[in-house]
Amino acid sequence: MAELFGIRDAYGETLVQLAGENRDIVALDADLSGSTMSKLFAQKFPERFFNMGIAEQDMVATAAGLSLAGKIAFASTFAVFAAGRAWEQIRQAVAYPQTNVKIVASHGGISVGEDGASHQMTEDIAIMRALPNMRVLVPADALEMRAIIKFAAREQGPFYIRSSRMKFPLVYQREPDFRLGKADVLREGDAVAIFATGAMVFESLQAAEALSHKGISCSVINISSLKPLAEETIIACASKVKKVVTVEEHSIIGGLGSAIAEVLSEHCPRPLQRLGVRDKFCSSGTSQSLFEHCGLTATAIVQSLS
Amino acid sequence: MLLAAEELQLLSERARLLRVGILQMLHASKSGHTGGSLSAIDIICALYFAVMRHNPQEPRWQFRDRFVLSKGHAAPALYATLAECGYFSRSSLATLRQLGSSLQGHPNSRLTPGVDATSGSLGQGLSVANGIALGLRLDENPAHTFVLLGDGELQEGQVWEAAMSAAHFQIGKVTAIVDNNGLQIDGFTKDIMNVEPLVDKWSAFGWDVEVIDGHNLTEVVAALSAKKSAAQFWGKPTAIIAKTIKGKGVSLFENKAKYHGVVPNDEELKIALKELGAE
Repeated sequence: MAELFGIRDAYGETLVQLAGENRDIVALDADLSGSTMSKLFAQKFPERFFNMGIAEQDMVATAAGLSLAGKIAFASTFAVFAAGRAWEQIRQAVAYPQTNVKIVASHGGISVGEDGASHQMTEDIAIMRALPNMRVLVPADALEMRAIIKFAAREQGPFYIRSSRMKFPLVYQREPDFRLGKADVLREGDAVAIFATGAMVFESLQAAEALSHKGISCSVINISSLKPLAEETIIACASKVKKVVTVEEHSIIGGLGSAIAEVLSEHCPRPLQRLGVRDKFCSSGTSQSLFEHCGLTATAIVQSLS
Repeated sequence: MLLAAEELQLLSERARLLRVGILQMLHASKSGHTGGSLSAIDIICALYFAVMRHNPQEPRWQFRDRFVLSKGHAAPALYATLAECGYFSRSSLATLRQLGSSLQGHPNSRLTPGVDATSGSLGQGLSVANGIALGLRLDENPAHTFVLLGDGELQEGQVWEAAMSAAHFQIGKVTAIVDNNGLQIDGFTKDIMNVEPLVDKWSAFGWDVEVIDGHNLTEVVAALSAKKSAAQFWGKPTAIIAKTIKGKGVSLFENKAKYHGVVPNDEELKIALKELGAE
């Protein structure tokens, strides 16, 4: 079993590191700092940390105000409350005026687990992707999360960064470079291209390994930049294969599957299979049982391609 | 600060001219919000010409006092004032709401020089103002942040989240002004969704509260400049409940919900300008 590393921990630790170098970095949370790990920042820089209480709308618009006063504002809470509850504040106070606000949304997807559907955000990529000016990023592991947080702190303007409750195995051996519109081809293959994001990148790599023993050669591409998309890489990878699969811990409506379909149907049509949450609310359960229930495990990916 | 007689006269004259400008702008654009622009104009005029420290030659000057027009639909009042200050030319006012204009239907801080915050979706401006003031406080920048809210806008729950925050974080250099004209699109605020008792509500949320006549320029300037000069970085925020009349200055429009989002037609403009002494 591979060693697991927390995406949330990577966020908190990296933010502390950056804030030590840049006094303009501020952080906000909505009473979930112990879960999002912004508490690490709060402990180190209490004067620059604002716990807004259970008030996500106020948090996002306050972050926008801080940015108007020259600050780099990281605002975190669960994905369902950040993207869901405060969507319109993100639209009006962040995306439209292009304020320097980075929404770091933890507990994305079904791996939230036991809390159930009320807390499992499976539509955030869809509704964030639809916002002009918004950059939507999902790390494949803790090392990539570090790179993403550093990038977002450097780069002016709005970001939506999806974090996760679950710890992930490492996909990268060391901290990868990050840039907007990034797509890393982690494995080359000539029969199927598997585009994956977040926790599903590791599962897809496992599936590709298993499929290779069955004589099915798969490429695996980590799409950590959901918006902007690496269109050229996606087209190049798809053009080499007969079939394309997308895997995401998100609804098949509006997320990675839709994004890939949009690109390929315009430029390089291929038979496409979207693996994800099939337009439904899930249930309470362990992360693993939910992944199995939704067909989002290496085994399930292998089955769907065999 | 008390205005001298000639200062008051000058400020009143400016407010009159700004009303004329607002009506001409709205008539030219054939769309926009008449009533709430006219109820807010005396407050905005007082802020920019007698209370706030700002520099039209350097709109992003870091020590300027900030103004957030949370009731963004009163944009014509802000635009007329900013043009009068010299942030941009008066001639551009006629482009209000046209495709490609720097004067959007609701304020856009990236497009319009002098606009400190984008607004338009009600209920968000106080949060934004709090954020600005918190950022300024971190930098020990003494600038003051004013935010103008509509009274109907207070029906938005986020306003009260932000009211809690300002008191909790002791943001002394935020002043919220409520344009208390008692009307909203669908009718009288007390009939649609009563927001009273305003003084009790703001007090209960930890704010100092003062009620003024929002059309008495002497009173407006005195109250706002006193709050600004007394404000400390850490302290109670202040809410000014400004009693106003929707459509103020033109009897045809006064206290009528109908003119919330309706602009003067040719005939109404003529009557209005005559009443404002600008035929």
